[in-house]
Amino acid sequence: MKITEKEVRYVANLANLALTEDEIRKYCADLGEILSYVEQLNEVDTSRVEPMAQVLYESDETATLRSDTVQPSFDEATALSSAPLAGAGQFKVPKVVER
Amino acid sequence: MDDIKTLTIDQIQAGLRARRFSAVELAEEALRVAQAGNDQYAAFLHFCPERALASARRVDAQIAAGEPLGALAGVPVAVKDVIVTKGVRTTCASRMLENYVPPYDATAVIRLEQQGGVILGKTNCDEFAMGSSTENSAFRPTRNPAAPDRVPGGSSGGSAAAVAAGQAVVSLGSDTGGSIRQPASFCGVVGVLPTYGRVSRYGLVAFASSLDHIGPFARTVKDAATLLGVIAGRDPADSTSADAPVPDYAGQLDGKAAGFKIGVPKEYFGAGLDAEVGGRIERGLDLFRRLGCEIREVSLPHTNYANACYYIICTAEASSNLARYDGVRYTIRSSETPTLIDMYRNTRGEGFGAEVKRRIILGTYVLSAGYYDAYYLRAQKVRALVARDFTTAFQDVDAIVTPVSPFPAFKLGEKMSDPLEMYLSDIYTITASLAGICGVSVPCGRTAANLPVGMQILSKYFDEHRLLRLAHAFEQAGGFTV
Repeated sequence: MKITEKEVRYVANLANLALTEDEIRKYCADLGEILSYVEQLNEVDTSRVEPMAQVLYESDETATLRSDTVQPSFDEATALSSAPLAGAGQFKVPKVVER
Repeated sequence: MDDIKTLTIDQIQAGLRARRFSAVELAEEALRVAQAGNDQYAAFLHFCPERALASARRVDAQIAAGEPLGALAGVPVAVKDVIVTKGVRTTCASRMLENYVPPYDATAVIRLEQQGGVILGKTNCDEFAMGSSTENSAFRPTRNPAAPDRVPGGSSGGSAAAVAAGQAVVSLGSDTGGSIRQPASFCGVVGVLPTYGRVSRYGLVAFASSLDHIGPFARTVKDAATLLGVIAGRDPADSTSADAPVPDYAGQLDGKAAGFKIGVPKEYFGAGLDAEVGGRIERGLDLFRRLGCEIREVSLPHTNYANACYYIICTAEASSNLARYDGVRYTIRSSETPTLIDMYRNTRGEGFGAEVKRRIILGTYVLSAGYYDAYYLRAQKVRALVARDFTTAFQDVDAIVTPVSPFPAFKLGEKMSDPLEMYLSDIYTITASLAGICGVSVPCGRTAANLPVGMQILSKYFDEHRLLRLAHAFEQAGGFTV
């Protein structure tokens, strides 16, 4: 399956992922090879099959839900402890709204 | 002190009770051995001696007070660096999380420490658990203690190597498509894939949520069973954890296998299987026959589609899960941030390694507008067929035996240039991952070049107790060196 560099750029943009020109060429080839390989799935008759989103085991429908009660959680300083840039109790990011 | 490199949990508990050594003495020796061996194999990324000694001191205090000991009292444990540890760096072997210090512990970590386990450090792996050789670590490759010019397998290569080299008695790994079983087979140790939902994933950094598991490595089946018993069970913090009773896995091991019906799927013994690996598995099956098991052929007809199915589902889920690494919350941010979008794009471009980017690109592609039905939805349907194959087979047999990997440990660098070829090293482990059933990799002799071979034993949902009984009987009968 042929994948163009334009398609790789488009997908990288969707994924918010900066790629170098070398990477784009490399992933273009890799993606084409892998997508050709997975085309074999088209041989399988799936017309009467429900998709399996997740492994399910027998239990009540709400068995895995915990009660909706407030539990202790991180304080502000702990929650922000891994932020590259924080201040005034917030995660700081580059300016989003221009004047 | 006993030779720390071959200690079992039972021997540790006996030694502590007889006051032949203290938990602190054992922890100090374990740290010394693990750190000394790390120059050779690089199984660990970093150590946490203060935490280890604090755990050991608690055990010694319990002994002094005559209190009952936990199931893992004093046991040196290594933890894969995709499982979070409060106050101890958790990097996922990625530049993206190089300096990340989590503010909480994974449930599996809490449980093993509650039972007296002594965490020595965090083990190397493929970046974000994506790979089959641990060569995708952003920091360094790990070497296989059985053959140092070869990979330990992956992605939990460090956890397997640490146990194989005697640098930990047991360890925790994670398995998404084979990342516990395949390195266990390459390094010659025991590795368990628990049933999906058996062990809480709270605190396991997410890769592919419908496939991720935490599970144990050990040198003996009994030690793996003990660790599994400690970490298994319902956890309110993980809604996918099952509310099913946890049997006494270690207590049920009786060395008996007679009467077990074992299925051998013909699809796993065809082209691509190394002849020596196949030969070892045949000898292992002969041993099961001598133990009184009935061996019969079964068919898992969708086996050949599992790999393609897996690499759509896991990359799609990974592309979503890894969206969180955007330069806002997790320590790393690019210095090139003229706009918010540039900050996201450049942080991710600089922070992720080649394989992670490849999977994000593939996963984003298969989920993108116009392709969802053709790839992701179709893969989920094929996944249902793979799972149905097992359900059908387990109507006739109690367990299924296959090789773990088509070949033994390969040389460092041998498969790094071709991602698809690397993906194919998981063809025998991926089916069980897709189905969500449980399995174990046990040593099954060595090749002429003295490379470990692993046998995979699979069983149905929540059947770990019988699976481990069978594996234990195999071990007791000499199967590990068959």
